[in-house]
Amino acid sequence: MYKILKKEKIGPNLNKFVIEAPLVPKNYQPGQFVVLKVDEVGERIPITIAEADKNKGTITLFVQEVGKTTYKLGELEAGDSISDVVGPLGHPAKVEKVGTVVTIGGGVGTAIVYPETKAFKEAGNYVISIIGFKSKDYVMLEEEMREASDELYILTDDGSYGKKGFTTNELQELESAGRKMDLVIAIGPAIMMQRISEMTKEYNVKTIVSLNSAMMDATGMCGGCRVEVDGETKFACVDGPEFDGHKVNFDLLIKRLSTYEEQEKKALDSYHRCKIEE
Amino acid sequence: MSDNKQKARREPMPKQKVEDRVKNFNEVALGYSEEQAKSEAERCLQCPKPLCVQGCPVDIDIPGFIKLIVEGKYTEAANKIKEDDILPRMTGRVCPQEEQCEAKCILGIKHKSIAIGRLERFVADYEAKNSEVKAPEIREGKSKKVAVVGSGPAGLTVAADCARMGYDVKIFEALHKPGGVLAYGIPEFRLPKEIVGREVETLKKMGVELECNVIIGKTITIEQLFEEGYDAIFLGVGAGLPRFLGVDGENLLGVYSANEFLTRVNLMKAYKFPEYDTPINVGEKVAVVGGGNVAMDSARSALRLGAKEVHIVYRRSRQEMPARNEEIENAEEEGIIFDLLVNPVKFLGDEDGWVKSIEMLKMELGEPDNSGRRRPVPIEGSEFLYDVDTVIIAIGQNANPILLDATPEIKKNKWGYIDADSETAKTSMKGVFAGGDIVTGEATVIDAMGAGRKAARAIDEYLKTGKW
Repeated sequence: MYKILKKEKIGPNLNKFVIEAPLVPKNYQPGQFVVLKVDEVGERIPITIAEADKNKGTITLFVQEVGKTTYKLGELEAGDSISDVVGPLGHPAKVEKVGTVVTIGGGVGTAIVYPETKAFKEAGNYVISIIGFKSKDYVMLEEEMREASDELYILTDDGSYGKKGFTTNELQELESAGRKMDLVIAIGPAIMMQRISEMTKEYNVKTIVSLNSAMMDATGMCGGCRVEVDGETKFACVDGPEFDGHKVNFDLLIKRLSTYEEQEKKALDSYHRCKIEE
Repeated sequence: MSDNKQKARREPMPKQKVEDRVKNFNEVALGYSEEQAKSEAERCLQCPKPLCVQGCPVDIDIPGFIKLIVEGKYTEAANKIKEDDILPRMTGRVCPQEEQCEAKCILGIKHKSIAIGRLERFVADYEAKNSEVKAPEIREGKSKKVAVVGSGPAGLTVAADCARMGYDVKIFEALHKPGGVLAYGIPEFRLPKEIVGREVETLKKMGVELECNVIIGKTITIEQLFEEGYDAIFLGVGAGLPRFLGVDGENLLGVYSANEFLTRVNLMKAYKFPEYDTPINVGEKVAVVGGGNVAMDSARSALRLGAKEVHIVYRRSRQEMPARNEEIENAEEEGIIFDLLVNPVKFLGDEDGWVKSIEMLKMELGEPDNSGRRRPVPIEGSEFLYDVDTVIIAIGQNANPILLDATPEIKKNKWGYIDADSETAKTSMKGVFAGGDIVTGEATVIDAMGAGRKAARAIDEYLKTGKW
């Protein structure tokens, strides 16, 4: 069992967890993820590691409640335990000094882009960060991101905090202003990563995205996470999760993400109904 | 009954009725009754130079345990097998005896060979039912530590043997449950998971430690294991990566690898969704591509999940199918349809990205290939469309790259598997041994156990002498 040491609600349906998983931080590097399973009957889901503390043997995860597993997790409190955590998985982000790096986080993707922002800054890059959220209530890691980057732009869809608009709007502005960009890291909803990749392809700026396809074992064994990159089938778990955004077939990714839409809805509905009846 | 008649008759395996079993995941084969086991055992000629033993990868004293059955000493018979095979309930069920021990049985020349596997299963089940989980005798403790990576058949065997020799043994498993392919691959209706659980309990009673959720090469590296004080490491991580056909449309929704499909069903219990959280999609018409045991397991699982029509799509003829005859027969009985000498060339989808049909090509058999099986040759211009809702690709596996990418010191062969000595299981890295599918590519449970047995002996030798 893996104990939840801390839980903090940081937005609507959005929680931060610090979980005791002593072996995971040992070899952790930014960009890597864990697979967790809440209880005996639970599903295995991948979640990117936001922070790992080698001394304390803990990992920090930001989890948005979207399906049954994440709702079940959201109901747990500090002191409760979950049945399984395994990691760190996937290739680490390739962090190097390239000049100016633009890191873009969409929603809970900000939690993934945060450790990379820190790492790119520490590697000696000038880091511009753009983070976008639905509204003010969803804004996360603002202070941390401000500290980790040289410039920070915050946007909300409805303008309730920061600038009104999407991360793509801000990127467009940077480009129009003739700002130098050597590398873009974009992590968020598939549709955001697709738009950003389309734009930067035009700008001719290399772009790395982190793919959130459905995984089970996450060790290459099931092939459920397969994505198409440069016309070739890749496994997001062992070949990724980070890929060249200009080569990813996002249309396929988005379709594949909907594979279990119907069952997920059914599972979540019956779960919520049970909760009401309780 | 005349003596000859008795020799000729092989006790049939009682099975669940077809109409019942296609609706449940319970074990299909029910096992011999005591009377059946005795009657079958009495057929054994007790050859002074038994050929059956030569056919067994772990050299079980087959006439020895069969004689004990004749005498009614079932527990003793089970213990006799356990001297060489720590997992008789599993091997009695999933070994391809018809190609191994039973293929060599002298009775098979004129009559039918002894049902060695069924007898093995009978005594092992009898022993499990009638006695507590008991740890075999362990030799005096040794101070050396052995790490076993993977808890499939190879790893479990190495762990048991090394523990018996007195070593400190710890197994590391990547998934949340032990058993490897026994847990995620082979369905409940062929190998009840309770059996795997009990065998793991036996190991624990022997003092073997087990830690799940550890991926060697990621969570801990081989080097770190040595730093932590392990003196020898055995790698039994399995083959792993599913192979695909490499044709257009293979990433459409509703196209599964057999690994994913079976893991969802067996390990994650998707057949109990929504009681269990993991979902699975099974349409009305399912096509399983491949002709091995994994293809049969996938097809029969799909049927139990409610598919109306399940087809096996295989590019050669029935004769070349690598699946066990018993499994092909079970599938046929259950109404699986075999479409032979056809090969998918393309998958077509609807506008939402779901697979809806397969473009197939008819094949004919040409000259034998490297495997000795006749090579399928496409018949030009024979393409046709074939409607489906779900496709499961069961055409084998490649080597999993995780551990080997993290450990370049371990030499690979040209197929990406570990280059390990077939007798000593030694790899190119000092103190590291390997066996099972990660060395041979996809093979059988008993082959992996045989490799584990040899590896355990070599580990003992190495730890005693320090010689590499």
